[in-house]
Formats: sequence, structure tokens, C-alpha cells
Amino acid sequence: MLTLASREQYTTLLDADTLKIPDDRPAIIYLETNQAPVIVTRSALRRRIHQEAASLVNLGLHPDDLVIIAHTQSLESIYAFWGALAMGAIPSMFPTLTDKLDPDVYMKSMGELVRLSDAAAVLTTDEFAPVLRPLVTAPVFESARLATSSSSSLFVACQPNAANIAFLQHSSGTTGLQKGVALSHAAVLNQIAAYSDAIALREDDVVVSWLPLYHDMGLIAGFILPLVQGVPLVMMSPFDWVSHPALLLRAIHDYAGTLCWLPNFAYNHCAHRIRRRDSQGLSLATMRLFINCSEPVHNSSHQLFLERFRENGVRPEMLGVSYAMAENTFAVTQTTPHCAARVEVIDGKELELNRYAKAANIDAPAAQERVSCGPPITGTELRIMDDSGNIVHDRHVGEIAIRSAYLLSGYYRRPDLQPFDGKGWFLTGDMGFLSDGELFIVGRRKDLIINAGKNVYPADIEMVINQVSGVRAGRTVVFGVADEREGTELLAAVAEVLTEDEAERRAIGRAIRLEVARQTSVTLSYVHLVGPKWLLKTSSGKIARGANRDKWRRETMTIP
Amino acid sequence: MNESTIREILRTYIVRELIRDVSYPLTNEEGIISGGLMDSFSLASLGVFIEEQFDVYIPDPELTVTQMDNLDQIVSRVLQG
Repeated sequence: MLTLASREQYTTLLDADTLKIPDDRPAIIYLETNQAPVIVTRSALRRRIHQEAASLVNLGLHPDDLVIIAHTQSLESIYAFWGALAMGAIPSMFPTLTDKLDPDVYMKSMGELVRLSDAAAVLTTDEFAPVLRPLVTAPVFESARLATSSSSSLFVACQPNAANIAFLQHSSGTTGLQKGVALSHAAVLNQIAAYSDAIALREDDVVVSWLPLYHDMGLIAGFILPLVQGVPLVMMSPFDWVSHPALLLRAIHDYAGTLCWLPNFAYNHCAHRIRRRDSQGLSLATMRLFINCSEPVHNSSHQLFLERFRENGVRPEMLGVSYAMAENTFAVTQTTPHCAARVEVIDGKELELNRYAKAANIDAPAAQERVSCGPPITGTELRIMDDSGNIVHDRHVGEIAIRSAYLLSGYYRRPDLQPFDGKGWFLTGDMGFLSDGELFIVGRRKDLIINAGKNVYPADIEMVINQVSGVRAGRTVVFGVADEREGTELLAAVAEVLTEDEAERRAIGRAIRLEVARQTSVTLSYVHLVGPKWLLKTSSGKIARGANRDKWRRETMTIP
Repeated sequence: MNESTIREILRTYIVRELIRDVSYPLTNEEGIISGGLMDSFSLASLGVFIEEQFDVYIPDPELTVTQMDNLDQIVSRVLQG
């Protein structure tokens, strides 16, 4: 296994244990509702990856070429990703096309990514390929062609340099596509060694994941880590899981799962939406860690999950937390395995007025619970800085800055975007405080909403709404609304319209919801139409997101 | 329980809990998920609500966007029992 001690024996991701020892042990078990499980052994996985790699070479691709993977999440997408890696290219997973997304908008967005990143090829499904081909400048290769155009026995892996870029990670939306996070082989291996140490990874661990592979948590924790470490990965499509959440619990029960990463909303989703009869008799007692990551952690979500699944064997010490981001490959911090995450009660008023996390009694009027994200993992330096760049003391809130051996190499082909300061520190844009060496998150500096684990840039959604007929162009605001029941931020939009006719307003409201669903990966939970001059602006003339959220709250809180 | 009662119970639940707008005039054929009114997470909510309210268990393979995208489809599935 890759550990801090054995790190030097691994040069690139091609040294992954699953591929180095190609025997009949299961590498991936792929589950789908109403289908028999598909078990891919290590030897079958290696054979298939080499076949894809040989085909890519045969089709004219070269090492260091950027290859976009635009599949629905499936085994095919995994073969394509590792096939590209094995021949030295740089794969990047693109978000998948969903039922509600407009295929035209999706394909155009793909074309834009290919243009911006100068991709050498797009690997996609047999179904998408003919649609996509006329829309992008790069060659488009479908699964059937990659599976047949060459033999795996002809392939000799191209071992890249450890400092070479291994793959890119993109966030979705217009903003995300413009910043491909480039990670080197060395950075990814450093992260896996350090993170495996932080979670005390064992050879008999079994990772269970429903997470999307275009997101850092799904890509690193729920895909690359188990394959590099040679522990079995039980996976399913996120689209299957959101509609059928019990699938995750059945997977843990059937395959004796031990590790599972979840964004906070997933704890609420499972607790509220798994029917009793679907969870009855399932054992989750094999689990070592459910790791809450990728969006603000609510203690209430942990308690809800614990209460609901206690009868299935969930215990408090299984509920861990990690603070992570794509720019650091994945994890920055991790709570200690086998210990329940620390919860601090702080005075919300003191936090707001003086940016100080003063301990408070749970019964105090402004008391807030904050869940620890744990200490930094080995190899990560973490600082909390004030607005002038000075390091602040324990319990004082500031921006989180990190420095590590697994930070990004840079943003791909964006020399204009410098991620680090002069001393190699990366400013995360997240606000937090340290207490006894553990990190607590309190908010964000950057204009970002995290909805069900997805990073959503409000400007991307506003751009879509501004194009809806009847909306006053440029007079829209989108913001996040914390929702205790869902355990995440829901999305709300306020748009100015001229018409006062109720039927016309209804039609505009419908069109806004529909267009956002068709053109982005999210759904609006609230749409509020208002008359001209409703929106508040800052002194510099920008729409004031926070002030408009407060105004919306005041105006709608009386509506039942 | 007759069809129109089932329909109204479902309509009220969907606009109140899933669309979060009680004044929303949801029609029988309107695509609830494909129309962007709620996300596919809500299919699981519907499954729970239908079991609690009508004692009808809809197995996972039937809880899909294709089969449960509008009120007519949902009512019809509940009536099947």
C-alpha cells in the first residue's frame, strides 16, 4: 500500500496497486437499481484500461494531450479516464448530462471547454458522439471505437514524469470551466499517502461511493484512492442514488463497506428519504467512517443520521469530517478515526461583531454549534489570516490559507491566474478559526453557494435568468438559503419584471425555473418576482447579494 | 380514497413541500422534474410520502423521472396500489 513510509516506491498513478497486481480480486463492483452487480477484477480492469490506452495511441493521441471524458457515470468513463492516464495523456472528467439538462446547452458548454482548454480529444458514449462531433473542434471518440480499435496486448504503458500533470479537475458552470485545476502525479500520490494515514486506511477496507467523478471528493476519495491502494470500490451512479438512496446502505450491507464520503445534505437525504422497509435488516456495523465533506457540516445532520440508523449499527465514532478542496488535490484536514467529531458551541453575536469564536452555553440566545473538521493532515500547513495577511490567534476568525506538497501545479493554460502568494500559500476563500489545533469553518469570502455538495457560482445562474423573456436584464439576484431540514443551501432567485399581470408573472416564473434546470446542474427552490427598483445595489453599483437576501427573507417570511 | 382526493393530496404536497410555493398552479400534465420545478432528489421524497399517506410502496425501479414526472403519472401509480 501507498503509505508515508512507502511513498518513494510510487512514481506516478500508473503504479497503482490495483493495476500492479492484476489478479482475480474485485477492483470495482458497479451497482445499479434493478440490475445484477458488475464485478470487475483487477486483471479485467487492467486489460480494459490497456486496451483503451492502445486505442488512444492508435487514434493519434500523444502524451500530455488533454482528453475530456464526457460520459454518463459508468464503468466506461472509468476505463476512458485510466486509459488516457496509461498512455500519458491528461484526462479531465466533465459533468454528465442529466435528464433535465438541455442536450444542446450541454453540448455547447462542452464545445466551449474544448475551445478554452485546447483539448486534443473528447471521449464519450456511443450515443453522444454523433451529436457532439459537429459541435467541437477536437476529434470525438466513442466507447465502441475505443474498445475495439486496438488490442491490449500491444500496449506498453508510457511512464510519465512524476511532475507531469496527471489530470484536471473542473467545477461546473461557466466560471468553473475556465479554471481547470491541474494536479501532478506527485501531488496526487502525496495526498493519497498523507490522507490514507489520516484515515488509518487498512488493506481490508472497502470504499462505497455514489459520488460524481467530476467532483474532487468523488474523483479522489471515491475513485482514485481505492484504485491506487488496491482496496475494493463499490460504486453507483449519483443519479441512481439520489432517487434511490437505500442503494448506498444495501451496498454497505452486501459488501461489508467500511469507508464512505458524503456531503452534508446526504445525511439528511438518507435519514428523511430512505423508507423503513428499505433499511430494515441492513447492517452498517462494518463501517469505520462516514466522512462528511464538501459543504458546511451541521451537527444536526449527524444527529439525525445517527438517530435514524442507530438500529442498523451506526455509532457516533463513525461520523468523521474532512475539509477538502480540488486545489489541494482533496483533503486539507481530517478528524481522528474512531472518535466522534468535536462540536463547539460559540456565541454567534461575538462571531459576527468581533470575528471571535467565544465559547457559549448551548442555551444562550445566540448560541451556534460548529463541528470540527479536525487537524491538518500530514504535510499540510494551515494558517488563519486577517485582512492584512497577518496570522491570527486561536479562536479568531480569518481566511484559511494552506501550503502543502499536494497543491495544484496551477490552473491549466491560465498563466494569468496565479494561485499562490510569493511564499507558496494558497488562499482558500473560506473563513474559519483554529481551536486546539482543529479547524472550524464559519463561512466563505468568495461568492459561492454550495448546494448539495456542488459548487454553484451565482453569476452563472443570474446569466441564465437574465435571458428569460420578461425579466429586466441585469436585474436578477441569486443567493443561497441555509435549510436545516435539507442540510444544505437551497437556491433562491429574485428577478425584477415589468408586468403586473398575474398570469404573465406565472409564465415568467415557470420559464425561469425551466431555463435554470435546462442550462445548469441545479434546481431553484425559490423564485420571487418583484417590480422595478426592488433590488438593492452596493455603493459601487453592483447587486448586493446579502442585502437582497435579507430583504427577500423579510418579504417572504409572512407567506405560509 | 377516490382519485380526485388522491390527486389533491398529492398536488398540495408537491406545491407545498417540493416546489415550496403554495400558490403555484400545478397542472396535471406539467413536467415536475423535467420542468425544473423540483430536482430528482424529490423522487425519493415522493416515495416516502406516498407510502405514509396511501400505504402504497413504489419499488425503486419505478421511482424514475420517466415514470413519475407529472401528477397524472403519479396519481395513476398510486391507484395501482
